[in-house]
Amino acid sequence: MLNFLTEPLQYAFMWRGLTAAVMVGLVCAIVGVFVVLRGLAFFTDALAHAILPGVAVAYLFDGAQGPLFWGALGASVLTALGIGALTRDARLREDTAIGVVFAGAFALGIALISSMRSYSVDLAHILFGNILAVTNADLAQIGLFGGAVLLIVAGVFKELVAVAFDPSHAATLRLPQEGLRYLLLIMIAVTVVVALQTVGAGLMTAMLITPAATGYLLARRLPGMLVTAAGVGVLSGIAGLYLSYYLPIASGAAIVLVATACFGVAWAAAQLRRI
Amino acid sequence: MTTPATVSQPAAAWMAGSAEPAALRLAEISAGYGQGPAVLEHVHLAIARGERVAVVGPNGAGKSTLFKVVVGLMPHRTGDVLVHGHSHRAGDCPSIGYVPQREAVDWRFPLSVSDVVVMGTLRQVGWLRWPGRGQRAVAQQALEQVGLAQLANRPIGDLSGGQQQRVFIARALAQRADVLLLDEPFSGVDVEGQEAIFDVLDDLRQSRVTVLLSTHDLEMAATRFDRLVLLNRRVVADGPAKTVLTPDRLASAYGGRLVVWRDGQHVAVTADEGRP
Repeated sequence: MLNFLTEPLQYAFMWRGLTAAVMVGLVCAIVGVFVVLRGLAFFTDALAHAILPGVAVAYLFDGAQGPLFWGALGASVLTALGIGALTRDARLREDTAIGVVFAGAFALGIALISSMRSYSVDLAHILFGNILAVTNADLAQIGLFGGAVLLIVAGVFKELVAVAFDPSHAATLRLPQEGLRYLLLIMIAVTVVVALQTVGAGLMTAMLITPAATGYLLARRLPGMLVTAAGVGVLSGIAGLYLSYYLPIASGAAIVLVATACFGVAWAAAQLRRI
Repeated sequence: MTTPATVSQPAAAWMAGSAEPAALRLAEISAGYGQGPAVLEHVHLAIARGERVAVVGPNGAGKSTLFKVVVGLMPHRTGDVLVHGHSHRAGDCPSIGYVPQREAVDWRFPLSVSDVVVMGTLRQVGWLRWPGRGQRAVAQQALEQVGLAQLANRPIGDLSGGQQQRVFIARALAQRADVLLLDEPFSGVDVEGQEAIFDVLDDLRQSRVTVLLSTHDLEMAATRFDRLVLLNRRVVADGPAKTVLTPDRLASAYGGRLVVWRDGQHVAVTADEGRP
C-alpha cells in the first residue's frame, strides 16, 4: 500500500503534477463556490472555451514555448469583460449572449490552430490538459495567480456573499455591485487560465462546479461549503493523478471522474438524509 | 409615547414647514425600464418619522418599481429620493432597510439566520475586514427584537415565510436603518405569521422607525394602517383608508377589474388577480 503511494513520487514530473493539482484544486474549489451560488456555470464553461484563440495566437509566436499563459489570460479576461458588457443592459438574455460569444471565439481558436501543422496533438493538449508536462515556471505562475485570486476572495468575501444572496440589500448598503460583478468575472477568468494545464478547456467546468456543488449538497453554511469544496478539489487532484499513473487514462479525465464520484456520494448522502 | 392619532398629520406638518424633515421623501419621481414607457410618473410622497404607510394598487401599478427606486436598485429618470433630508445619491445619506419579496431570494443559500442578520452590519465592518464577535452580538440583539433569537443558528431556508420576513427586519435593524421598506411582506404568510410581523411593526413604531410597505391586500391595508397610498403609475390618493378607498378612486386605479367597495366598516376586496 505504502509502495503504491510512494512509487510515483520518485519522478520529478509527478511531484510537479501533484503540486499543480493541489493548487489548482484549491483555487478552483473556492472560486467555484461563487460560480455555483451565482449560477455562473454556463459562463464558466464559455470562458474555458473562449480562451482558445488567445492560446492559438500565442502558439503562432513560438509553438509550445510561446506565451500560452499570457495569451490565454488575455483572451479569457477580454471574453469575461465582453460578456459582462453584453449582458449589462437587458437587450439580450445572459445565456444567449454567452452562447454567441463563446461559440464564436471557440471557432476562431479552432480555425487558427487548424492552420498549424501539429494541429491535432496541440489541440488535444489545450482541450484536455497535460498536467504531467507542468514545468517549474508553470508552477510559479499557478501559485502567483492562484494565490492572488484567493487573497482577493478573502478580502472581499463578505461583499461577494452579500451581493450573491440579496442584490437589493447590497444596494441599500451601497456596495459597488457592478464592480464586484466584474471582479468576480475576472477572477473566474484567471482561475480558468490557471487550471488550463491541469484539465484543459474541455473539462474546466467540472473543476469549478463539481467540488463546489458537492459542498453545496453537504454543508448548511458557507464555511462548511468552502471546506468541503476545497477538500474535494484537492483530493480529486491527487487521487486522479495517481489513477492516471496506474491506469492508462488521461490525467485530466481521471481528476474530473474522481470529483464526479465524490459528488455522486454526496448526492446519495443528501438523499438519504432527507428520508 | 406615541399617540394613536391620525398619523398623516406629521406629514402635513412637515409640508407646512415644520423643523424636522420627512424621514422619507420622494419628489417628482419618474422611472421606467430601459427605453420603455414610464412605470412611475410624477410620484410625490412625504412620510414623517415613525409613520406606518401601506402602498396599495393593482398589479403593474409600479409598487415594486417604486421600492427598487427608493432602495437604489433601479435608476430614476427624474426627481430625487431624500432620507431625513439627504439625497440618496449623496454619500452621507442614511441607509434604508429593505425587505425584498420572498420570491426574490434564493432560500437554499447556505447561510444561518445569524449570518443573514450579520450582513446588516457589513458597512460598519468596512472593506477587507471580517465581521467579529461585536457584529454577532448586534445580530443577536436584533434577532431578540423580532423574537427569533432562539433560531439564530438554523439555516435560513428552514424558517417559515413569516419568520424569514422577520429575519430580514432584524437585518435592517442591525444595519441601524430607521426607514424600512417591505415589499409584499404578507404574501404567502399564514395568519399567525402575519400577526407576528405586525407585533414587530408595532414595536418599531414605538421606537419611531418609519415603515413603508406594499400589499395587494386592501382589507388588511384598510384595517391595519392609518395611512394608505393608492398607486397606479402615479399617486392616485394618499391619506386614511376612508378617503383613499373610495369607489371613484379605486375604479380609477384598478379600472374595470375591481369588484365592490362597500362603505362603512365592511370591506369587500378587489378582483385584482393575485400577484404577478
